[in-house]
Amino acid sequence: MAGADGDDSLYPIAVLIDELRNEDVQLRLNSIKKLSTIALALGVERTRTELLPFLTDTIYDEDEVLLALAEQLGNFTMLVGGPEYVHCLLPPLESLATVEETVVRDKAVESLRKISHEHSPVDLEVHFEPLVKRLASGDWFTSRTSACGLFSVCYPRVSSTVKAEIRQHFRNLCSDDTPMVRRAAASKLGEFAKVLELEYVKSDIISLFTALASDEQDSVRLLAVEACVSIATLLPQEDLETLVMPTLRQAAEDKSWRVRYMVADKFSELQKAVGPEITKNDLVPAFQNLLKDCEAEVRAAAANKVKEFCENLPEDSRETIIMTHILPCVKELVSDTNQHVKSALASVIMGLSTILGKDNTIEHLLPLFLAQLKDECPEVRLNIISNLDCVNEVIGIRQLSQSLLPAIVELAEDAKWRVRLAIIEYMPLLAGQLGVEFFDEKLNSLCMAWLVDHVYAIREAATCNLTKLVEKFGAEWAQNTIVPKVLGMANDPNYLHRMTTLFCINALSEACGQEITTKHMLPVVLKMSNDQVANVRFNVAKSLQKIGPVLDSNCLQTEVKPVLEKLAADQDIDVKYFAQEAISVLALA
Amino acid sequence: MSAYSTERILPVQAMSSAATAPPSVDKVDGFSRKSVRKAKQKRAQSSSQFRSQDKPIELVQLPLLKDVSAQEQPELFLKKLQQCCTLFDFMDTLSDLKMKEYKRSTLNELVDYVTVSRGYLTEQTYPEVVKMVSCNIFRTLPPSDSNEFDPEEDEPTLEASWPHLQLVYEFFIRFLESQEFQPSIAKKYIDQKFVLQLLELFDSEDPRERDCLKTVLHRIYGKFLGLRAFIRKQINNIFLGFVYETEHFNGVAELLEILGSIINGFALPLKAEHKQFLVKVLLPLHSARSLSLFHAQLAYCIVQFLEKDPTLTEPVIRGLLKFWPKTCSQKEVMFLGELEEILDVIEPTQFVKIQEPLFKQISRCVSSPHFQVAERALYYWNNEYIMSLIEENSSVILPIMFASLYRISKEHWNPAISALIYNVLKAFMEMNSALFDDLAATYKSDRQREKKKEKEREDLWRKLEELELRRGIQNSDGIIPT
Repeated sequence: MAGADGDDSLYPIAVLIDELRNEDVQLRLNSIKKLSTIALALGVERTRTELLPFLTDTIYDEDEVLLALAEQLGNFTMLVGGPEYVHCLLPPLESLATVEETVVRDKAVESLRKISHEHSPVDLEVHFEPLVKRLASGDWFTSRTSACGLFSVCYPRVSSTVKAEIRQHFRNLCSDDTPMVRRAAASKLGEFAKVLELEYVKSDIISLFTALASDEQDSVRLLAVEACVSIATLLPQEDLETLVMPTLRQAAEDKSWRVRYMVADKFSELQKAVGPEITKNDLVPAFQNLLKDCEAEVRAAAANKVKEFCENLPEDSRETIIMTHILPCVKELVSDTNQHVKSALASVIMGLSTILGKDNTIEHLLPLFLAQLKDECPEVRLNIISNLDCVNEVIGIRQLSQSLLPAIVELAEDAKWRVRLAIIEYMPLLAGQLGVEFFDEKLNSLCMAWLVDHVYAIREAATCNLTKLVEKFGAEWAQNTIVPKVLGMANDPNYLHRMTTLFCINALSEACGQEITTKHMLPVVLKMSNDQVANVRFNVAKSLQKIGPVLDSNCLQTEVKPVLEKLAADQDIDVKYFAQEAISVLALA
Repeated sequence: MSAYSTERILPVQAMSSAATAPPSVDKVDGFSRKSVRKAKQKRAQSSSQFRSQDKPIELVQLPLLKDVSAQEQPELFLKKLQQCCTLFDFMDTLSDLKMKEYKRSTLNELVDYVTVSRGYLTEQTYPEVVKMVSCNIFRTLPPSDSNEFDPEEDEPTLEASWPHLQLVYEFFIRFLESQEFQPSIAKKYIDQKFVLQLLELFDSEDPRERDCLKTVLHRIYGKFLGLRAFIRKQINNIFLGFVYETEHFNGVAELLEILGSIINGFALPLKAEHKQFLVKVLLPLHSARSLSLFHAQLAYCIVQFLEKDPTLTEPVIRGLLKFWPKTCSQKEVMFLGELEEILDVIEPTQFVKIQEPLFKQISRCVSSPHFQVAERALYYWNNEYIMSLIEENSSVILPIMFASLYRISKEHWNPAISALIYNVLKAFMEMNSALFDDLAATYKSDRQREKKKEKEREDLWRKLEELELRRGIQNSDGIIPT
């Protein structure tokens, strides 16, 4: 026992505390982060009697230090002697839960929630719950906001009288006169509802929910929308209409766009929570309104949910609802004035084809896809292209190829390199769906043009793209179509293009196999070892290292080794370095 | 309440010239991302309340007020107020042109009418005026056009309906300032809810609107004594939400400007509520990322407080030190500017209380590798009053400053800083040559002592870690320390 406790002579608390008090914040921070080490050195008893009181008393410090402290204390249970003594950690965490800085407070609450589970039911009532009450009735708003996050962890494990008190405290905070506290309460409303008995959900939570949802501040109202999802899930279907729907309807038509945005953003969750009947009667018209909202933000959020909403419609009426109610709104969104709305729609619209089936897709959706493929905003076109696979399953991509090609070509030459990069990434997918002939005819030249793009990221992506294409179309195709072009660049006057040849070879050798590599690629690489630019020469060394494993040992000894030895004697230090590295990796020394 | 009678609002121009504009780092730093960004074109935006109106709006043209008899005027005035409750969609530049012009001229007429007429303010007019103003100005502000709206770089989005809105604000200000205006009647209509909605509008991106709101709120604060505590509390909430929750609110500078004049009128001794406001709300505002947008107004408020009650100096300076910028040199320069304003009014007895932590920070600033920070801090030595304070306390300050100055005098990359440092060292030498020589003589041994201490610390931590490791092994053997 004595051995397990700290050695007093070695680690006097004063020295340790000096470390925690160091003038340099960084050193203080370091010590706090190693607080567990200090506690270990002191042993559990002195941690309880000396270290924790010190921490509680000298809590004034930089927020960064406090944050680290709040985090540490959440993992301190064993260091104070186990669950039996865990309540010793409450005083410092209580102070931390009242500081101004939000991240510190949140961390303190997180740690308090964590250690609440380590309290026995008795300790929870004797030590933890009083702390929650103190916080809930604190003078300054910070302690009251912290309290909001603690109710739900103690409620399930306390006696019914204490439960009643907790409910009362929560009620008070929901009508606090500081909006910050009401926001905190509103954001925990759903969580708290989950631990309450159903009768109290109906009696207490619903009235709080209704009040918060009609708060004067929109920042509070929108949080009530979030809670709505959890509350609706808890209630039996027959009560939803009277208890939840009036509030939800009101939120969907709130005068603040932020609240309507929240409704749109949570629409799928709400839909699942209220069930198919209410969805048909209430949510469909509400969703239509959101899709036609006057604020682009709201329309974009709603547009994002189109596919999910349609998917989750009850099967018996799904198609009718989509065709008569949703599709007309979607059609309008295709020509929306705001590009974010259009691009949100473009990212999900293709998903509708699986839901509606072949005929409807061809008749109703295809014109929309084609319109979006011609949209002025590259992001919209890109989103359509990136989801081609959904359509491919239903009607085949050929239906689109006429419009697809110009769209791809335009994106491939877009002035923004990020757009070009994005379209490159879809090339393997497109190639797979369009087939090798179409690819050779229309897209191959684009892929080659990217190899000489003036942005390195594009050249790099183009190289990687080639590898994927070879994996798809096979070595023979590579040998006939791309390898000659790639090798041709080895004679380009621009050294960056010559290096691209090397990068392509690095990427392709494995996919192309030994024969093509040895016969066609290796000679070019070896020849480039005489390049006048040092960067090219050391990339030759790197390439040889890379393709070495694909070559046979005879070839390595007779062809590669002499060249690497020559490079190892190069006048350029980098060339030497990489040549030597290649020699040792390939074990040619 | 007479304590409030001195309230005034400084004109905006006076405020901005009173503030020492911090040199913009952007201008100097060629790598700044934003300096190369093109300034965006001015955009216009309308409130969030319009859905497309299908029908054109028709208003019945009423006769001019001056063309009817004095008895008929009040009734006609009410009718015109009601007409002005009609709202137009200004994003649609082609719709209702005639009616928009009619409303504009009616508003103009109303502005003139409340300015010059007498006896028009009957009890029934109050609710109608407030209703008309509420209808027009209270609206949900639209979302900001760009996600990363940077008020320093981007042009603000202007309110599209400004041609009407401006006149409504002007009318309301004239109404509040009218000699016949009676707060005792108006308070039934201009209540807490009204004020709350007014405060929300301060988030408007349009600086013209915020300027009008500033005047309106100030008039209301001046005339409605019953609303004062409420207004202060709501401003507190806005600021706290801004600092700790959203980091976004466009009207911080305007609200601070109003507060500047409110603080000016506080009675002595200061109430606990006001001190709490200083420490828990104003000081944390310094931590905001967009500090540069309202720093001048904030520093003004702080100095106002200190002029009222010098004993607040210590908590204020400690607060500034707590929120001292860690990475943003631009903000550091602002802090140094504010600190100098505070030092300009500090009492010597207060100075002694905070000199140690204060000069520890200044010594760090002086040795900042960013030359603007170092330069700003070194300029303190050009301030005669600060110099006299330093001189009186040189035995405390010199030892704190010496090591940084001595080291930097040899190392700083910027020759201008080296020259300034040299002057400061010279000043210290003249102030207290004995101490200076002592410090110079022990500089080396002090550094060695520091190094030794550093080594001891490392040893301590190494031992502690060994211990932890040993425990870890014990634990894995199944021996749990009790």
